[in-house]
Amino acid sequence: MGQWKQQTLSRKNWMAFTGLFLCLYLVIHLLGNLQLFLPEERAHRQFNLYSHILSGNIIIKIISYILFASIIGHVVYAIIITLTNTRARKVKYHYDRRGAVSKWYSRNMGLLGTVIFIFLVIHLRDFWYVYKFGNLPLDAQGHKDLYILVISVYSELWYVLLYVVCMVALCYHLLHGFFSAARTLGLYHPRYAKGVRIFGWVFSIVICTGFAAMPVYVHFLK
Amino acid sequence: MRIRLKVWRQENQQDPGKMMTYVLGDINPHMSFLEMLDTLNEQLLQEGSRPVEFDHDCREGICGQCGIMINGRAHGPLKNTTTCQLHMRSFKDNEEIVIEPFRATAFPVKCDLKVDRTAFDRVIASGGFISVNTGQAPEANSIPISSPDVEAAFDAAACIGCGACVAVCKNSSAALFTSAKISHMVLLPQGEIEAQTRVRSMVDQMDAEGFGHCSNTEACEAECPQQISVLHIARMNYEYNKAQVLKK
Repeated sequence: MGQWKQQTLSRKNWMAFTGLFLCLYLVIHLLGNLQLFLPEERAHRQFNLYSHILSGNIIIKIISYILFASIIGHVVYAIIITLTNTRARKVKYHYDRRGAVSKWYSRNMGLLGTVIFIFLVIHLRDFWYVYKFGNLPLDAQGHKDLYILVISVYSELWYVLLYVVCMVALCYHLLHGFFSAARTLGLYHPRYAKGVRIFGWVFSIVICTGFAAMPVYVHFLK
Repeated sequence: MRIRLKVWRQENQQDPGKMMTYVLGDINPHMSFLEMLDTLNEQLLQEGSRPVEFDHDCREGICGQCGIMINGRAHGPLKNTTTCQLHMRSFKDNEEIVIEPFRATAFPVKCDLKVDRTAFDRVIASGGFISVNTGQAPEANSIPISSPDVEAAFDAAACIGCGACVAVCKNSSAALFTSAKISHMVLLPQGEIEAQTRVRSMVDQMDAEGFGHCSNTEACEAECPQQISVLHIARMNYEYNKAQVLKK
């Protein structure tokens, strides 16, 4: 056996590592964007300053490369794992009721992940691409006015709905993904495994409610 | 009871196989599922047809030989039960019951409902043992082992290798089976010595047999007749990661 030969367990480890890094990123992203909930004028000023500081920081730049690598790694390993799993049962059951003994979202992580990936493409095109390569007006402090962009994107109702639906998909993905990552990495102690599971549920709901609240708040209250 | 059976019929490994329908008129609700299949086979023999082949041995729920998909569920509609411990009272009169073999690439169908589960034997042979010199049985009390450790090891050792975990898994993963064997050994001082080589070679063999990845849906624990805990899978992952990190 070669030192780096890929096995089922090591592939799952990469899924867990990249997934947990993306979870950590979600926390930072959510905390930063909470500034949108500030009073109008302060939110405008502070949010633009925040994005200006982030985009100029070398450490943030390095993290953003790791982030892109994690997303790609998570997707590539998901595809490899799914293809191997398909080969593990070539003849399907004629009558299949196995779904009765497991959660639907635990069996459909690929589907939920695809929804999230499509969302990411849309989301990056809306904000990241426009901020980086688009012609954004400058605010009073001379920073690119990302805040105005956020307000205008979320002024369309169908867009708000799209974001909320994608956050529901993310929530279900995390409900299974968070504890599953901990198990893949080998957390077998019953008490801590239970604790991580409960933490994962709270984490998924808090993160996704937080993100879903942003477009809703901007659309209806600004 | 009257029942309609749709049974998978397949002559041999090369035969593509197909579902066949049979009607049984006089079924006693207290019959076990396997006795119902015996009744079907008597009927088929009287008609001069080939009986349905299926695996079974003890019919007491402890050997792990019987194992079929019944109405789309491993070992039938009850949780944590072997096929032989399932009774016809779990079905309704005039119900249609679909019977299929366990399906996984690593478990090729040999004939009708019989599958080849020797992949499990090869996983065991690759590391599910401890290396000791044979001879006189050693003094049992020379190695102290705490009672909780013994109980935990025995819970893992209770796996009967029926294959329901693989059959019910959406990925046909053998993680529950392999991890039960690894846990059983590693929890005891005699097994701890070879822990690292064992986990590596057993996981290697599990992969070589063509089982899929574990995605922690926990369907295996729900269907396992011995209620083997999915936390054994976590322990296998821990032991595997430890072995990979410490490998020289």
